[in-house]
Amino acid sequence: MSTVDAASPAAPAGPPAGDAPATADIARILLADPPPARPTAWSASVTFGWRAVLKIKHVPEQLFDVTLFPIMMTLMFTYLFGGALAGSTTAYLQFFLPGILVSSIAMITMYTGVSINTDIEKGVFDRFRTLPIWRPAPMVGYLLGDLLRYLIAAVVIVTMGLVLGFRPAGGLAGVAAGVAVLLVFCFAFSWVWTMFGLLLRSEKSVMGVSMMVLMPLTFLSSTYVDPATMPGWLEAFVEVNPITLVVDCVRSLCAGTPDAGELVAVAAVSAGFVAVFGPVTMRLYNRK
Amino acid sequence: MTSSSPPAIEARGLVKTFGSNRAVDGVDLTVAPGTVYGLLGPNGAGKTTTVKLLATLLRPDGGEARVFGHDVAAEPDTVRGLISLTGQYASVDEDLTGTENLVLLSRLLGHSKARARSRAADLLDAFGLAEAAGRQAKGYSGGMRRRLDIAASLLSTPRLLFLDEPTTGLDPRSRNQVWDIVRAVVAQGTTVLLTTQYLDEADQLASRIAVIDRGRVVAEGTKGDLKASVGLGSVHVRLRDAARREEAAALLAPVLGSDPHRENDPVALSVRIEPGEPGSAGSATGTATAVAADRSAAALRALADAGIVVDTFSLGQPSLDEVFLVLTDRPATTEESAA
Repeated sequence: MSTVDAASPAAPAGPPAGDAPATADIARILLADPPPARPTAWSASVTFGWRAVLKIKHVPEQLFDVTLFPIMMTLMFTYLFGGALAGSTTAYLQFFLPGILVSSIAMITMYTGVSINTDIEKGVFDRFRTLPIWRPAPMVGYLLGDLLRYLIAAVVIVTMGLVLGFRPAGGLAGVAAGVAVLLVFCFAFSWVWTMFGLLLRSEKSVMGVSMMVLMPLTFLSSTYVDPATMPGWLEAFVEVNPITLVVDCVRSLCAGTPDAGELVAVAAVSAGFVAVFGPVTMRLYNRK
Repeated sequence: MTSSSPPAIEARGLVKTFGSNRAVDGVDLTVAPGTVYGLLGPNGAGKTTTVKLLATLLRPDGGEARVFGHDVAAEPDTVRGLISLTGQYASVDEDLTGTENLVLLSRLLGHSKARARSRAADLLDAFGLAEAAGRQAKGYSGGMRRRLDIAASLLSTPRLLFLDEPTTGLDPRSRNQVWDIVRAVVAQGTTVLLTTQYLDEADQLASRIAVIDRGRVVAEGTKGDLKASVGLGSVHVRLRDAARREEAAALLAPVLGSDPHRENDPVALSVRIEPGEPGSAGSATGTATAVAADRSAAALRALADAGIVVDTFSLGQPSLDEVFLVLTDRPATTEESAA
């Protein structure tokens, strides 16, 4: 864009005082840069992830849900069920901690939908949507930022567990592998919430729907008790519940007995969530 | 710009409906590159919806629009590479600081980290926001927020900049600052589509104006065209002697071509100047002004000849205000107009 010759005068304003804009500088800046190449899909997504991290920096209160909530869940159920189900809280923890790790973080994923729902109404989203970038980047960015939150929650829960007497046979490597699998699943599972965040009108309805989905999914799973103790019809549901698949997989990894079949199952379920809810989310996003 | 280059915006019969509401109902626009084009209309006229259609935020239900020759519906990604949007409500992230906002958007446009930082710093400086750079945008005043918003639109040196009501709610000083910025941007060859409900804003900045009402363009043309379409202005006189007002009114009516308006003030008269032969006003402002000056001189002479003493005399240019009222109060039957 250099059809204008450099001598064309900007506004004949005097030197700007205080907070006044300097029109001559604006002119110089506009002419200074050749347009850059477009960012890659990955780079744009990471930039949106950085935005999410900045928001955590400016509003650290939003980390309550990934710190206090998991602590509460872990303490509550360890002492509530420990004695009755396994004879002692320490014995129960060995079974329960990988489960509550998965369930707590699965619960936290619902905030993705809530924050998208409130964010999308703001003017800044109109700007994002007029940028020449990979369309899913803002959504992927949210989820990348959320992975940091999930990681914080995971560290909090595992630390709590270790303090209370959790001693995983798989060691640090096993637990780390378990957390990694969990993060992959949560990234994929969160596309359900991006969809609801865009589909529903208010933050409250997003919360409501999220709870309706998450309560049965997390409680009717292998998190708290062995599904073999359940009635047949319930066991049948629990066995196909994706949360159960993830809990079983994370449990094996923590125990140092990784199971290829479980890993494949979690990968397949994760791919399925992205394949189904990703396109629906993008349709809604483009129509919004 | 050569005449062979495509218009910055070319819209034909654009339609967007929301339920039964035809928010945009057959809008035609042609905006020449390198100019400021004003879209003037009251609240709810369809200005913002039109901008959203042109900026690829909404898909048209009918008609078509091209930005520098690229169809907004068929090639949205190409169009997005040419435009920047400053929406009606501040399109910056309030939780982030001024610097963070600009670096974020700069990165999304493909600038390297270092380049994004230096460009952000340069723009914040140029926009008088250097001191506020490290503060969250939610603490900014309306004027600062608006400047940050426009700075964010200039990170990529857009070829077409949409400014949707850029000065709504700003104090006069901030408003002037925004106007200065717009002039500086246009001076560098960027085309600006400006929506506004303020007539003086369109008057100050835009070279062509479309008046939009109920989703339709009810008038389009240069400022001169639009003003000429409602007459040549008005003559206002205050007489020394209230008793001679009727006499004066009888003298002025034939000279100026319209019936004088008797104001509440018993010595005051105001008379619209009508062109002698209808349609002879010409579309250029110069001609219209000359005609208006001739007529007023003749009017003064007529009063002087009759020995009527005039205390004050003024010739009022037709304002866009008058244009606006005439065009929008009337049922929108006059789709065609100047141009």
